[in-house]
Parts: sequence; C-alpha cells; structure tokens
Amino acid sequence: MSRTTRTVPLSQGFNRLLAWSVAAVLAFLWGVPFLYSVWTAFHPEKYSVKFQWDAPLTFQNFVTAWQAAPFALYFTNTIMLVVMVIIANFVLCTLVAFAFVRYRFRWAGPLFGLIMIQLLITPEILIVKNYQTLAQLGFIDTIVGIALPYLTSAFGIFLLRQTFKTVPKSLDEAAAIEGAGMWRILWDVYVPLARPVYLAYGLVSASFHWNNFLWPLIVTNSPEARPVTVGLSVFATADSGVEWALVNAATLMTTAPLVIVFLIFQRQFVANFMRAGIK
Amino acid sequence: MNKPLGLWNALILLCLPCLLLAAFTHYPLLQSVLGSFWNNATAIRPSRFVGLENYQQLLTDERLAKVLWNSLLYALVTIPVSVALSLAMALLVDSKLPGRPFMRLSFFLPTMLPMIAVANLWLYVYAPGIGLIAQIFALFGLPSVNFLGDADTALGAMMVVAIWKESGLFMVFYLAALQSVPTNLKEAARLEGAGPVRVFFDVVLPLLTPTTVFVSVNALLNAFRMIDHVVVMTEGGPNNASALLLYYIYQVTFGYRDFAFGATLTVLLASGLGILAYIQFKILDRRAHYQ
Repeated sequence: MSRTTRTVPLSQGFNRLLAWSVAAVLAFLWGVPFLYSVWTAFHPEKYSVKFQWDAPLTFQNFVTAWQAAPFALYFTNTIMLVVMVIIANFVLCTLVAFAFVRYRFRWAGPLFGLIMIQLLITPEILIVKNYQTLAQLGFIDTIVGIALPYLTSAFGIFLLRQTFKTVPKSLDEAAAIEGAGMWRILWDVYVPLARPVYLAYGLVSASFHWNNFLWPLIVTNSPEARPVTVGLSVFATADSGVEWALVNAATLMTTAPLVIVFLIFQRQFVANFMRAGIK
Repeated sequence: MNKPLGLWNALILLCLPCLLLAAFTHYPLLQSVLGSFWNNATAIRPSRFVGLENYQQLLTDERLAKVLWNSLLYALVTIPVSVALSLAMALLVDSKLPGRPFMRLSFFLPTMLPMIAVANLWLYVYAPGIGLIAQIFALFGLPSVNFLGDADTALGAMMVVAIWKESGLFMVFYLAALQSVPTNLKEAARLEGAGPVRVFFDVVLPLLTPTTVFVSVNALLNAFRMIDHVVVMTEGGPNNASALLLYYIYQVTFGYRDFAFGATLTVLLASGLGILAYIQFKILDRRAHYQ
C-alpha cells in the first residue's frame, strides 16, 4: 500500500488508536472467561471464589478430577467414536462424490437434492425418531449407536464433490487409457488431489464429534459408552460436588487435546476450506 | 461427457451411503410426519390414528407459545449480533494493529471448546455471589444478580453464551474472505475520494456477500439446533424462560415420553427451518446480485 509515502494525518492516527482500543477491549472481554477458568483450575478451590493474584499454584485439581470419574474410559470412547465416524465419512462421502463427478446416471440431480436435505435437517433435529430407530435396532447405549446417524454426511459429499470437480478430466482420461480401473483412478488420481480438503474436513468432523453432546446424552446411559462431553456434564453436576476448581480442571482436561490439534492446524485449516469453495 | 454409471458400480458407490442417509434423515423425517397423526401407544391400547389432534394441541399449548417466542427472540438476536461481531473482529484482526495474534487467538478460542465446556465455564461466570461477574460487581459495590435464576435475564444469558462461542468461527471465514478482496478496488475507491467507511460499505461488504450468506445460514442452523448450554445451564428454566424449541422437543420426548407430540414438534421445527432458510437465502441472494 502507498500509505507509507504519504504523511499520516492526525485524524487517521486517532482513528487507529480508537480501533486499537476497541479491539483490545473486545479481545480482553472475549478472553477473560476462559483465562479465568484456566486460572482457577491451577489454584486451590478457595481462590476460585475470591481472586487473589499471588495464590499458590497447584496441579491437585487435575489429579482429583481425573480420579473422581472414569475419564480414561470416556476418552477412549470419544476417540473410538471420532475415529469410527471420520473413517466412515471419508470412505462413504468419497464414493458418493466420485459417483456424482465421474459418472452420469438417471435421477442424478434429484438424488443429489435429496442428499443435500441433510445439510438443513441435520441429525440433531431428528432425535425423536432416530432414538426409536436405534432402540429397534438394539443400538441404545453403544458407541456405534452414537455414530450411526452421522456416518454419511451431506456436508462431506458436497465438499468432496466440489473438490473432485476441479480434477482435470485429461488426468482421468490418461489414467483410463493406460488401463487403470475405477478404483485405481479414484485412489491415484482423485484422492491425492483432494488431500488438503480431507485434512480440513477431518478437522471439522473430529471437532464436531468430539464436542457433540445432546445425541450421545440421549443414546447413552452407562459410563461404558459415554463420550467425554457427557462424562464431563455428569461430573460437573454430580461427581464433583460442584467445586468450581475441579469442574474447571476437568473442563480444561477434556478439551485440551482438541484445542492443541486445532492450534497446530489453524492456518492450513482456513486456507484449505477457502480452496474448497466454501466462501 | 461423463461415462454412464453401470448398475454394479452404482450399487458399490451409492448403495451403502444412501441407505445410511435415508435411514437417519429421510426415514425419520417421514416417520415424524406420519407419527404426528397418531397418538401414543399405552400398555393396554395400541397407537391409533388421531388425524390433526396433535396439531390442535400445538395451538393450545401455552408452553409451546412461550418456547416459540423464546426461539424467535434467540434467533433474532444471536444471528445478526454474532455475524456483525464476527465481521468486526475480522476487520480488526485484519487491520495490521499491534497485538493481532493475541486478538485472533482470544476471539477464536471459544470456538474450539465444546458447547458443554463453554456452558460449564459460563455457569461459573454467572454463578451468583461467587462467580466472575459477581466478583467484578462486588468490586464496584454492585449487588449480585442471579442471571440464570431470573426469568428476565435467563434467555439473555443463553444468547451471550451462544454469541461468545460462535463469533470466532465466523470471524475465521470473514478473515479468509477479506484476503480475497482485491486491493486495487479499494485503492480506486480511495482515489475517487471515498473515506474508509464508504470503502467498507460500497466495496468490501458487497464482495463479502457470499461469506455473509454462508455464515448467516450457519448461524440460523445453530440457533435452532444447538441447545447443549440450555440443557446444562438452566434446563429451560426458570419457568420456561430459557427453553428453546429443540429443548422442548427433548423434554417432551425424553422427559415426558410423549413421542407422538415430540414427532409433531419435530415437523414444526423442520418445516420452520426450511422456510426460514429459504427466506434468508432469497433475501441475501437478491443482495448478492445487487453488487
């Protein structure tokens, strides 16, 4: 920009100061609830009721919280759930997107429209009937039961279709001429070119299912199938005796893995999404 | 021209995914519509066709009226506020001010937390007498307010939580879109004598329309399907002051075991969402052509 060559008028400097103040206040307000809960998690319970800047540091809250509820089991359940859903999402959405991009068939348009209904009417809205279906199938209180409604995702199909469309037809044809079959072409031509989108979609999907609460709450009724979110809510209301330092420590503990993954992939995540045409 | 899809390939590629999708999206949707015309089975009497009786109950249910009003207010506040705030955040983070990485992180952090964690966190912020707000109020000698226990403030408290959680995510989308606004357009407008406010409203904002459509449709969906915080923080109370439509469905179905009315409410929610999304799309789409 050419701003450096001009002399900055006084009013512009004032505007910048004003903008900066607004930004700083907003960022501070936004950060405070989280920062304060982190602070309470690392200090003895009595200080969460009364802030004192020189309160002694402690890790005891994390130890107590970890021992008060079967968090190891909850974590295992969540990881199983997330891995199951992501693998299914990747495989199933890839197949459908591939079929729509590479082939023509009757009713392709209407079928795609039907699939896209799930973008609006998501499984969260259909908890009543999905619960009954699950009960009939005998999947209540199982991790598979939590995963079932989410195994195919309209969002994933849409995202991958958009991406596969950008694969040059000439590449596809060249591979076909060399005698590659459908699976080879999918695996060696389409999938590698969509790798950034898989990363972005995988992150979104992982965070959604790591964080999902209402459906797992409805489906599970024993610790054996509970993911961390449900376990955390049980802990916060019953197991902890509602000690804030403990609840905050448990909250932090259960969310830390995801936050760390997100911070690592933050930049790629946004860039990949934009490339996929979600604007 | 694409190759025709043979029957065998169609089965392999489409069968399982579509079956799963149909079983957990289209089937329950249809079942909700059908189920809304039947009453609940009891131990001695099977379910029987009741016509529009469940729908008549919709009209006379006073709690539903309250819940619908809450949901409407909730959507009308959280959608525009979170979209506007996220745009403001994106502009601030994009504006080369000192300390940007910290602002960015501060705005984005809530997005990464699960709603249930956010709810726990804000339960503590709101806790009367001991929570963060109470401690700040005490510093200034203000009386403690029971935000979640007071019917006048409970819904507002839910809105704050939702806005706090989702604005950061929308900011990320706006931030990315801002990178694609061509600088020469802004420069040209400036040379023509447009101030920063005009440049924003006449050049930048119209170019961001696709993002605004995407973000506001997402905000709409979240407003109607995200109720984790209501479950954890208030259970819809006090006196239904913070109950949203999906929470009411959850309560009617899994609390009172009234699956027939739950199905009827599901039809109401699904069709309402369809209509709202359609309207939103039409309004924003017209604006999109305007540029």
